[in-house]
Formats: sequence, C-alpha cells, structure tokens
Amino acid sequence: MSSASAVISVEGLSKRYQIGHQLAGHESFREMLGRKARGLIGGGKAGSAEVEDFWALKDVSFDVREGEVMGVIGRNGAGKSTLLKILSRITAPTEGRVALRGQVASLLEVGTGFHPELTGRENIFLNGAILGMSRRDIALRFDEIVDFAEVERFLDTPVKRYSSGMYVRLAFSVAAHLDSDILIVDEVLAVGDVEFQKKCLGKMRGVTGNGRAAIFVSHNISAVRSLCDSAILLDGGQIVSSGTVERPIHDYFTLFRQPIAHKATDGIPGIQSVQVMDASQSSAHVLNDAENYRVKFSLLPRSNAKSCQIAFTIFNNEDVGLISAFSPQFALAGDGPQDYFVELPTQMLNSGNYRIEGAVFDSYGLIEQIDCLAIFELLRTSQFDQKHNDSRGLVRFDAIWSGQGL
Amino acid sequence: MEVILEAGRTERNYWRDLWRYRELFQILAWRDFAVRYRQTLVGIAWAGLRPVLTMIVLTVIFNRIAGLSSDGKAPYALMVMAGMLPWIFFSTGLADASGSLLANTNLLTKVYFPRLILPTATILVSVVDFLIQLVLLAVLMVWYGYAPDVRILALPLLMVMAFLAALGPALWITAISVRYRDFRFVTPFLVQFGLYVTPVGFAFSKVPADWQTLYALNPMVGVINAFRWSILGGDTPLYGTSVAISVGMIALMLWIGLRQFRALENSFADLI
Repeated sequence: MSSASAVISVEGLSKRYQIGHQLAGHESFREMLGRKARGLIGGGKAGSAEVEDFWALKDVSFDVREGEVMGVIGRNGAGKSTLLKILSRITAPTEGRVALRGQVASLLEVGTGFHPELTGRENIFLNGAILGMSRRDIALRFDEIVDFAEVERFLDTPVKRYSSGMYVRLAFSVAAHLDSDILIVDEVLAVGDVEFQKKCLGKMRGVTGNGRAAIFVSHNISAVRSLCDSAILLDGGQIVSSGTVERPIHDYFTLFRQPIAHKATDGIPGIQSVQVMDASQSSAHVLNDAENYRVKFSLLPRSNAKSCQIAFTIFNNEDVGLISAFSPQFALAGDGPQDYFVELPTQMLNSGNYRIEGAVFDSYGLIEQIDCLAIFELLRTSQFDQKHNDSRGLVRFDAIWSGQGL
Repeated sequence: MEVILEAGRTERNYWRDLWRYRELFQILAWRDFAVRYRQTLVGIAWAGLRPVLTMIVLTVIFNRIAGLSSDGKAPYALMVMAGMLPWIFFSTGLADASGSLLANTNLLTKVYFPRLILPTATILVSVVDFLIQLVLLAVLMVWYGYAPDVRILALPLLMVMAFLAALGPALWITAISVRYRDFRFVTPFLVQFGLYVTPVGFAFSKVPADWQTLYALNPMVGVINAFRWSILGGDTPLYGTSVAISVGMIALMLWIGLRQFRALENSFADLI
C-alpha cells in the first residue's frame, strides 16, 4: 500500500518491550553477577531473569502524503510516544518497516539540550544543532528566531536567569524555524501562554504550505481538528480508526464510553459508565455554552447495600483538577444498573478540553475510583469569549454584580 | 534522500550519518568546553595546578627519596611532566567519556544522532586541559633551559594515539553502564589502578627487562614512552617494541569498545 507520493510509509510496524522483575527497574551489575553466580551453582533456571513481553505497538501501517498533516490521537499508553520514538529514530522497531522520504525533523520536547549556564544566543545554536539544523541555517534565521521569541534584550544572559515564559518562547522559536521535509511533533503546544500558542499554531500551519508533511500527536482535540488533514486513533498499540479527522475523533470519544471492568466490592455500587448527556438524553462530547448538560453515572448495585456517595472531579487539559462535587449519602439496592444525574457546571468552565474522573466512597473512604471516565470539549461561542481567550482564571463563577446600570 | 527503518537495519547509514552530524559533534564538544571554562580562571588554574602538584610529589618520591634517575640528560621533573601530560589526558578523558551517555539522558531519549558522538566529543574537551598543561611544560623547559628537537613534531600524532587509547575502554564502559548503572564505578578504580602500573613517576628502563614486554601490554606504557621521546628529544630512547605493542593494544580495545557500543546502541533509549 505504499504509494509513490507517500512521504512517510509505515508497514506492519511493531515494537516489543521486555518487562520483568529485574528488568523493570535497573538491575545493577552487582545483582547481575550475583544472579549469574546463583545460576551456576543452582544450575538452570535461577540464572535467567523473568521476562515478559509487552507490545507497545502491534502491526501499525499508514501513509502520509506530501503536504499532509496527520494527527495521532489516543489515550495514555496507547502507543503514541512509541510510534514517535521509532519515527524519530530514537528507538528501533522490533518488526515492520518505515520509509521516510526526505529530511526529518522531530520535536518531542521543547528545548531539548538547553543548557542553563549558556546564554540565549549560545542555546539557539546548540538547540538548533541538536534538532538537526546546520550552523549556516541557524545563522540565516537567527534574527527571525529572536524576533519570534521576543527576547532580543536578553540574548547574552544565561538562560537560567530567564523567566519560564521567556525560556519556553525561545525554545519553541528555534523549533518553529526548523526547515525540513518531514516534521514530527509531540504534544508541545501545551506550553507557553495562549497568545504564543496561537502564533505557533499559525507557524505550523505554514509548514505544510510548501509541500512538507507532518505528524502531530496531541490530546488537544481542537488543535488536531484545526491542524490536521487526517488522523489515526491508536489504542492498545493498534490503529483502531483512521481517515479524515472527524471519524477518528468521534471514535476517540467513544473509547471512553466503553464499560469499565471493576472489582466487586462488598456493598458498594460499582461505576459502570459515566457519560455527558445533552438535553435530548443522548451522549455529547462537544459542548457549547448555550445548552445545559448533565453527567450520567450508571452504578451497578451489589449485595448488602451500604450507604455511599458519588464524587467527581473535572480536570482540564493540563491535568489540573478544577472542581469537585459530592453527592449526598445514599444506599443502592436492587438488581439492574441505576442512573444518577448531576448538572454539569459549564458556566464555570472556559473553552477547552476536559475530562471527568469519578469515584464512589463508602463512609470510611475511597472504594472505587476509575480514571478518566468521560471526556468532553467545551466551545464558548460569544464574541467576548472569542476575543478574550487569554487573561482569565482556570474557572469562572456566576458572580453577583451591583452598581449603576447593572 | 530516503531513510528506511527496519529491525536490525539501522546500521546501514551509520558511518555516513556520523559524518553528516559532524556539526553536532563540534557544538557538543564546544558546549562541554564552554560550561567547563565559564569561570575561566578557576578552570585554567585547576588544569595547571593538578599536574604541577603531582609532578612535584612524584619527583620528590622517585628521584629524591628512591634515588631513581631519568633515561637521558633530561631533568627528572621534565621527564615526569612529559609522562604526566598524556596520563592526565587519558584518565580525565576516560572518566568523563565513561559517564557521557548517562550524563546526556535527556538527549538520548529525545533526539536521534549517532550516539558515538557523545563519548568522542567528551574526550575532545580534555584536549583543552592538555594544551594548558603543554604551555606549563614549555615554561618548565625554559626554566630548566632545555630545548626540544625536531621530534616534537610527532606530538600531534601521539595525541591521536592517547585519544584512541582513552576512547576504546570509554566506549565499552559507557555502553555497559547504560544497562548496569553501577558499572561506571569501574572507571575511578581503573584510573587509580592504572597510575600504579604506568611509568608516570619513573622511566620505563627502571622496569626489569624480563617484565618489560608484559608491562607494555598496558597501552599507556607505549604512549608515555613515545611522549617522552618526542618532548624530551636528545638521548631519550623510544622503546619501539613497547610503542608497537601499545598501538596493537589500542587497536584491539578500540575494536572491542566499538563492537560493544554498536551492539547496544539501538537499545540505549529503551534502557536508560
């Protein structure tokens, strides 16, 4: 399926890691000698460490054509980072084949190799070289890089004296001026202030204007939607969905709706699923600020019903827990699953991606908690929100104002 | 340009890549150098103080107390210094390069480049120390009124020899220490032990003739003999056999080191 116009072709790519009791941590040389010695004395099995195979990627195939930006989405541990590491040649594949036609620049981290003792100027050259730019290219683009980062005045200051904002701007600016045929970018847009992020998104969109191809990994669904032409959804190391952006994104949200395995805990109901529902009782993933939404918890009763309460927390894209709520105490008896609803406080949230984490407590403490039960994206549509995307807190509240004209 | 990534096939472009990444090699060496000498005075003073103090101690012990003499007409202190220079270069180069992969974990897990660049660039930084010490040696030679002859021109070549002598074992140790973290503690021991089995404080001729060939299996023996021959000139002998054995040992260790390094290189990012 590798067509001629494909700039990146990946066929049957697999990556196996070996995890085991000794290999999981770092076995020391002394321990290894001891193990070998015991093996000699005991003879046979004692000499080998117990090893388990783990396939981080299994039979992954796709093509990226000239001028195409492909997004890679998936839950944590789905294999996204492993895929990027293989494409960036940091680690070798176990099986399969990758063909990269053109010069590759990969950006798995902003500011790789930055040295705190060196000045901004020196770090631009150092970081540029590490990312694969030639000294001539860096010198040619130097002024552009400095302008973009807005750090002219601090060029000869060691970067250890930079504010974190300046540091990130400088680091990103070097990366944004990479000139290569293929660009591989990990979740690096989650840094910097909103204004700067927008600038970088604009810069990245320019990348494919010149017939270059890019692979872009992100949790930020709206960034994937606005940047990418196509996407693949990874789960458990395999591609479960691919195509134009909307289809994989839809399937991505669906992943979180699958019933979650839970252990039976005496008397306390288990969480079967958590969904965000709109007014018409169907599940919703992209929310707007004009409608009302509810979170539906489906709980499974267990024998000897005890009193319990539901708790949930809303996390933002940077994994910061923003708000939590707790239900009153209740006891759930009976056979089938029961639904519980709570209003989703969208009026407290800004535009962005969120996830809901739920738990059921008994009167002593945590009993059942499952990470990331539902995820949603909120889009605020008012003129005001479109314009003032920055300069705001993590949450809002329904403030009561008074004064003339109010 | 097309790059194919397949299991066990990353080797194909290796040596071409190494050449393509020469600018990164330069800039990494420059980074280590700049960071090391940022507080310029301290860096230079330390590079100079260390060999001078050691030289004084060794001269007092072997020349004054043990009553040994140098091979030719060269003053004893100069002979010690001429052996100390390659030894310090070798030992600091080996020690720094042995830890170079672990010290650059962030690079190994985030970008591709031929990993061979790291230990090699690290040893290169020790060349600066060596040059500072060479100036010191020149001052010492003026003080003693002792002039080198045309053999001094061989010095750059001998530097390459000392460089490769450090690189071989360094590649081996740094590759294994990614897998076994405690393996890097081998280097300090090796360096300390090496000083006792290397003729830094005395002349090669003081070793009993029967033992000289066995002694020369330590590659630094030949390197130091050659350095003394080149720097001191005049009637200082070369001990050609020891130098030939040394070249052979350096080549052998480089081959072993490279093989070990290349065999483990692909798994560095997974193990570190």
